[in-house]
Amino acid sequence: MSEFIKPEPLKRKFFTPGVIILILIAINGIVFLLGRFFFGIGAVTNLNNQYPWGLWIGVDVAAGVALAAGGFTSAALGHVMHREQIHVILRPALLTAMLGYTFVAIGVFVDIGRWYYIWHPLVFWNGNSALFEVGICVMIYMTVLYIEFLPIVTERFIGRVNFKGFLSFLNRPVDKFLRLLDKGLGLTMFVFVIAGVVLSTLHQSSLGTLMIIAGSKMHPLWQTPILPLLFLLSAISVGFPMIIFESIIASKSFGLKPEMEALSSLASTIAPLLGIYLAFKIGDMVIRGTFVYLLEPTTQSIMFTIEVVVGIIIPLRMFLSKAVLKSPALLFTASALVIFGVLLNRINNFIVAYNPPYKFGTYFPSIGEISVTVGFAALLILIYRIIVLNFPVLSLANKFNVPQTKYKVRG
Amino acid sequence: MEKHNRRTFLKTTAIATATLSSLPVKKLKASQQYVLSEDRMGVLVDTTVCIGCRNCEWACKNAHDLPAGKIEDYEDKSVMKKMRRPDETALTVVNQYSNEKDPNLPIDVKVQCMHCDHPACVSACIVGAFTKNENGAVTWDTNKCIGCRYCMVACPFQVPAFQFDKALNPLIMKCDFCFNRTKEGKLPACVEICPVEAITYGKRNELIDVARERIKNYPDKYINYIYGEHEVGGTSWMYLAGTNFKKLDFPKLSEKPAPGVSESIQHGIFAYFVPPISLYALLGGIMWITKRKRSLESEEGKNHE
Repeated sequence: MSEFIKPEPLKRKFFTPGVIILILIAINGIVFLLGRFFFGIGAVTNLNNQYPWGLWIGVDVAAGVALAAGGFTSAALGHVMHREQIHVILRPALLTAMLGYTFVAIGVFVDIGRWYYIWHPLVFWNGNSALFEVGICVMIYMTVLYIEFLPIVTERFIGRVNFKGFLSFLNRPVDKFLRLLDKGLGLTMFVFVIAGVVLSTLHQSSLGTLMIIAGSKMHPLWQTPILPLLFLLSAISVGFPMIIFESIIASKSFGLKPEMEALSSLASTIAPLLGIYLAFKIGDMVIRGTFVYLLEPTTQSIMFTIEVVVGIIIPLRMFLSKAVLKSPALLFTASALVIFGVLLNRINNFIVAYNPPYKFGTYFPSIGEISVTVGFAALLILIYRIIVLNFPVLSLANKFNVPQTKYKVRG
Repeated sequence: MEKHNRRTFLKTTAIATATLSSLPVKKLKASQQYVLSEDRMGVLVDTTVCIGCRNCEWACKNAHDLPAGKIEDYEDKSVMKKMRRPDETALTVVNQYSNEKDPNLPIDVKVQCMHCDHPACVSACIVGAFTKNENGAVTWDTNKCIGCRYCMVACPFQVPAFQFDKALNPLIMKCDFCFNRTKEGKLPACVEICPVEAITYGKRNELIDVARERIKNYPDKYINYIYGEHEVGGTSWMYLAGTNFKKLDFPKLSEKPAPGVSESIQHGIFAYFVPPISLYALLGGIMWITKRKRSLESEEGKNHE
């Protein structure tokens, strides 16, 4: 099967109207970002002593990590369990995870008050701190993701190293080095692949442990000792929907045929995963008796209901249907709902549920915070585009099975 | 991915497992242990004695090199109409509440860090910048702090404040129990200046006896409760009041230490790295088996052709 997959750099123009809009959104975010570095966090955000964490931690970091879960879930299914049908999406999933985690790291860098000390957790350890665990795991996992991506870089340049002028003497040694690197990586890659899966399960769950220490400051609908488990289960169930979502958007944007065989194969696993997540979520609510809070019409109860109904139950029902698995449009909708549900869950956990005992107002993200978050998302998409245009990540459907015209039509 | 064979697989897995298990587990576990001394100090705040002069606010700012202004300015009671919280400009504040028993005698409550016996901030801090000292003070090392503000999320009393308006070197700010003064044998600045002895500094164990004695001697004056004796596992600062603490904006907290659940989950997931390493081995096993199954299948496929 894998012989049929031949990822190659796409031959497309970089600039399109959509790309220009994304660039403008990114620039807007960077402007506010500069404000944060020159005038302090308070100048750009609505954070204060009552609400120390806001949109940047809730979305850029917590949701960012969850939505990058496609990397480890697909690696587990594709590399560990050797499900061959999905190999075509492994590279794009890896790229998204790598970029996702990079932006998580940038998000942390921007949010912490003393960004120049971001390396401190490497030196000063606190094994009791859930945040320490998350920080270290994310750092190591990000390195692993970059290592996993290296073969794509070597593949791109082996036999094509071409320095001009006085540097040309480097061509041969660099090519040799790349071949050696490629060989070494080929032999040891499974170590990193498994490490990536283990590291992910660890920090995806520890991210849930983070808010447990907030105790009664967190609304009982979310505050539960099984938060780490819920975070892990939701991350696992959002991994594949995220890949499907991106894959369909990428196909659309580059005029390719959606990889329906791989996507349907992925999608068939989503319903059971979502089902387990839902079971634990509802079970936890029943055991702790927190459903009583759903009867009060508060922001929290409404957000919780939306999260569960729109983000879990509806897509769960959709993924159970054969028709959905076969239709790109329905598959896209169902996946988008799961992503929405997990995004909302992270926002709920870190922002909506946070209820400080003393407050002088409520928190809502400022224009600056939203601009930076949206700007980062735009930047991520732009970098994704640059990379798939220059590196062998996406495959042009099945060259050997499909008549050429099928994917050349829209070029 | 495709090329490796069984032998290199087993070899590398063994090496990886060995490296993982040789990580300094002990150091990780021991990093945040602190001695909870029997003789640790505490403060008893008697809200029925406090007159709301706010001198402690002034003394505190002076002791911590914060802009304090003139002490006369603190006679202005208008700021007490609104509830205030300790923040980056004032590490302690006095709030005023109306008294149902006697409207002419409002209740004044001094607020600052409670210096928990099992502090959530110490447990939460990503770089272990917080310390519970032997004398009871919870202090922090500004040189380690990365400004992540997790301590603020963790604190059950919502005490640590942050200099949100500083672009460079923003600090976490909170009462440090006048650590530098008590080291030299001096009293905490607020205790020293209090004109009516509403705040008593002493050994925590003895202060609890003092508080019980007062409640016993004046049962009409006090409600029978020492706030801080058991809250979140006990705090160094404790309060006496003549009315329900809930009316004075004290949070209702359980008697379990704030970091308890979080730490046991954290250590459960990591218990000497056994769960992660087992998961690693399990995944490695699955990988090898499915790989083998696949190569057998493809060989069969070839034979049929």
